[in-house]
Amino acid sequence: MSAAPHEDAHGHHPFLQHHFEDLGQQHEASTLAMWGFLATEILFFGGVLMAYWVYRITYPEAWALGAAQQNWKLGAANTIVLIISSLTMALAVRNAQLARRMGVVTMLVLTLIFGSIFLGIKAYEYHAHWEEHLFPGASFQFAENPEQAPHVQLFMVFYWSMTGLHALHMIIGAGLLIWFIWRAWKNHFGPEYYGPVEVMGLYWHFVDIVWIFLFPFLYLIHGVHHG
Amino acid sequence: MADHQAGHQAHAPQVHITPMWIYLGVFAALSVGTILTVVASRLDLGMWNTPIALIIATIKAVLVILFFMHAIHSTRLTWVVIIASFLWLGTMFVLTFADYLTRHWAIY
Amino acid sequence: MTTATPTLLDVRFGPGVRNYLNEDYGFFSWVLTKDHKRIAILYLISVSIMFVLGGFFAMMMRLELLTPEGDLLTSDTYNKFFTLHGVVMIFFFLIPVIPAVIGNFMLPIMLGAKDLAFPKLNLLSWYLYMIAALVGLVVIITGGVDTGWTFYTPFSTQYSNTHVFGTTFAGFIAGFSSILTGLNFIVTTHRMRAPGLTWYRLPLMVWALYATSIVILLATPVLAITLVMLMLERTIGVGIFDPALGGDPILYQHMFWFYSHPAVYIMILPAMGVASEVVAAFTRKKIFGYRFVAYSSLAIAFLGFLVWAHHMFVAGISMYSAMIFAFLSFFVAVPSAIKVFNWTATLYRASVSWQTPMMYILGFIGLFTIGGVTGLFLAALGLDIHVTDTYFVVAHFHYVMVGGTVMAYLAGIHYWWPKMTGRMYPEWWARLAALLVFVGFNLTFFPQFVLGYLGMPRRYHAYAPEFQVLNVLSTAGASVLAVGYVLPILYLVWSLKFGRPAGPNPWGAVGLEWTTTSPPPKENFHETPEVTWDAYDYPAMMKAMGETQNV
Repeated sequence: MSAAPHEDAHGHHPFLQHHFEDLGQQHEASTLAMWGFLATEILFFGGVLMAYWVYRITYPEAWALGAAQQNWKLGAANTIVLIISSLTMALAVRNAQLARRMGVVTMLVLTLIFGSIFLGIKAYEYHAHWEEHLFPGASFQFAENPEQAPHVQLFMVFYWSMTGLHALHMIIGAGLLIWFIWRAWKNHFGPEYYGPVEVMGLYWHFVDIVWIFLFPFLYLIHGVHHG
Repeated sequence: MADHQAGHQAHAPQVHITPMWIYLGVFAALSVGTILTVVASRLDLGMWNTPIALIIATIKAVLVILFFMHAIHSTRLTWVVIIASFLWLGTMFVLTFADYLTRHWAIY
Repeated sequence: MTTATPTLLDVRFGPGVRNYLNEDYGFFSWVLTKDHKRIAILYLISVSIMFVLGGFFAMMMRLELLTPEGDLLTSDTYNKFFTLHGVVMIFFFLIPVIPAVIGNFMLPIMLGAKDLAFPKLNLLSWYLYMIAALVGLVVIITGGVDTGWTFYTPFSTQYSNTHVFGTTFAGFIAGFSSILTGLNFIVTTHRMRAPGLTWYRLPLMVWALYATSIVILLATPVLAITLVMLMLERTIGVGIFDPALGGDPILYQHMFWFYSHPAVYIMILPAMGVASEVVAAFTRKKIFGYRFVAYSSLAIAFLGFLVWAHHMFVAGISMYSAMIFAFLSFFVAVPSAIKVFNWTATLYRASVSWQTPMMYILGFIGLFTIGGVTGLFLAALGLDIHVTDTYFVVAHFHYVMVGGTVMAYLAGIHYWWPKMTGRMYPEWWARLAALLVFVGFNLTFFPQFVLGYLGMPRRYHAYAPEFQVLNVLSTAGASVLAVGYVLPILYLVWSLKFGRPAGPNPWGAVGLEWTTTSPPPKENFHETPEVTWDAYDYPAMMKAMGETQNV
């Protein structure tokens, strides 16, 4: 275990890229870039969310039926799981700022664990939906209300695509976390250079925020009670 | 000697250490919010179910943005980026719904 | 330092003159480069190839349209050709060209920086472009796509038997290429300006690229999600636009045009930036109303997001929203007009130097004005009912995109060619080409305004016989235009070996890019510049430089 990297005799930090003047500029550039990227993600998810709302006001009954098919307990559990992972991610950033190497590693590992729990629960839900013929396409069946069935199928297209896109972002985040855990283990981060962890955190929190909206939109539409 | 480049302030990253109690407090608020939103959805609140769910979700998101994502300590430019994205999203919603909500107003 | 053994590049640029071109040799030094200037050259080559490809489809269409009958191509093939012409020209030429070629090269230099903020992302941006282009090429070779570049549902999702998935996937990837460029530009402009370079001292090109980047960042993701939903529907068979499930095809159009209208501002804003640079340089004056021109770029970026449904007036949107969008569409013309007024005011009583870049830009100002004004015709609801989906629309957008963006791009390429390559292009041939482009362009597209007004629909390979004369004129014009486009390819390549070597400032222009060598060194400047003058401040620059012109 080496000490966290510092500027060497030439004022040259090993992670300072040469086209930047100093670490401060590099940090500001990378955080601004991540916020800019998150802006694109807001519009990306926002697009499909808008489509969801257009149909929600057009087919309110079908939307309530569709939401009633979801397991709200698992959805709620997953929401809490992601909130916990956001907390651990924020603490990882804090530990990097305080140059606590093991703290960073621990928190990032916990974030990865909770993220994986989320994905596991999601996989379970997907499997159950598949078994219940709730995957859109040729295999879709909704015997409970044949009149609303086409619109419920439309709801399920949204359910699968929105949670699917979200899960894809989680998987990418998990992969990035593995890389960051390795970097944290090698003691790359400290108060002069914690930008990467912060930027990872921004991404992770954003993915959490998407779920914060998806949960009530897809699981909690009041109208039809399921059991 | 040239001073440093226009457009960036510090030579080293600014480090603002958020106290633990804020992180834990936000976590608690987010958890309470989740419970609230589930409970509210089980009650029949008429036309208020949807707005309440949206409001709770928005408050949760704002807490995450302000404290977990450190927006509260970030530059004005960061604020502009955040606000602009939601503004643009809002514009897309508003103008699209301007079509859908007025389709049944035909005179003939 | 030069290498020990003089190479061809050394002979061209003079021994001892180290620059970004002879800094390093070999295929991998280009393909793995992180130098924004080399990436710009990579883009220049790829974008030019795509332009020729798009032009091929156009030529075939114009040949078909020489006669009223559909006798050269089947209707299916014609459908594929106008689709591919649109897809290639829009996604692979017009959207990237000025930012990725001129912007990539010049933005860091204009800011006094060593590179963009994220050089590796810049290279990734080019790779994504190339992957998208490759996917597009495979689509073309294996049968193409016939939905129109707009991919309207449900034809694209349910009924078309062509490569919709492949094409939309290519568009999806190209979108990310664009987003990365936009992100890079925004961060670089905010965080990497040279000491003393405040916002109001920036060249207007930078303001234009900045505004473009905002549009890229906020519009492109909506196209991305729309294409994702389209691809999903193509693969699983049902989707959110599927009428059988209660889906609304018009929703697709809302989402598609939310990007595709701002996209046209992605295409024109950088062109306007070039116009400001060239007008200033060849009148040797400050641009009249600098702040108005700067703010108008931001205004266009913002207002451009509020007008998209003017592409949907007859699609089935509500009458009331049509009125709102028509009203808003009139507003977006205002900042563009402000720019035209300011360029004109700069030209007023100026001593205009009629070199090739200026010829192109003078053409640009006139042709863009015509194109923009005819946009107002289309924004007027009543008139739009009459001319929508006719050649009037086709003429309108070609006036702004070709008479506008392409002419400005050619102006920019000629203006900055000496800086990029260290060589002057042959002026006489360049002026001839500019003239051919101007004449050919007007002959091609002005008749189309008349055709559209008379009722000839677009996207048809056969037409009523009374339209033939105008179509023949249009095709004749296209042939002249083609010659005008081929000439620069030829003489610019020629100039790389035989062109007169250029000094640091062949035009005697004001700007940071003209203070460094032609071509620039890899790190752009030997010392970080410190800026104490306003943009286009000719008097101050003369004093600082001590000389007027250096050719």
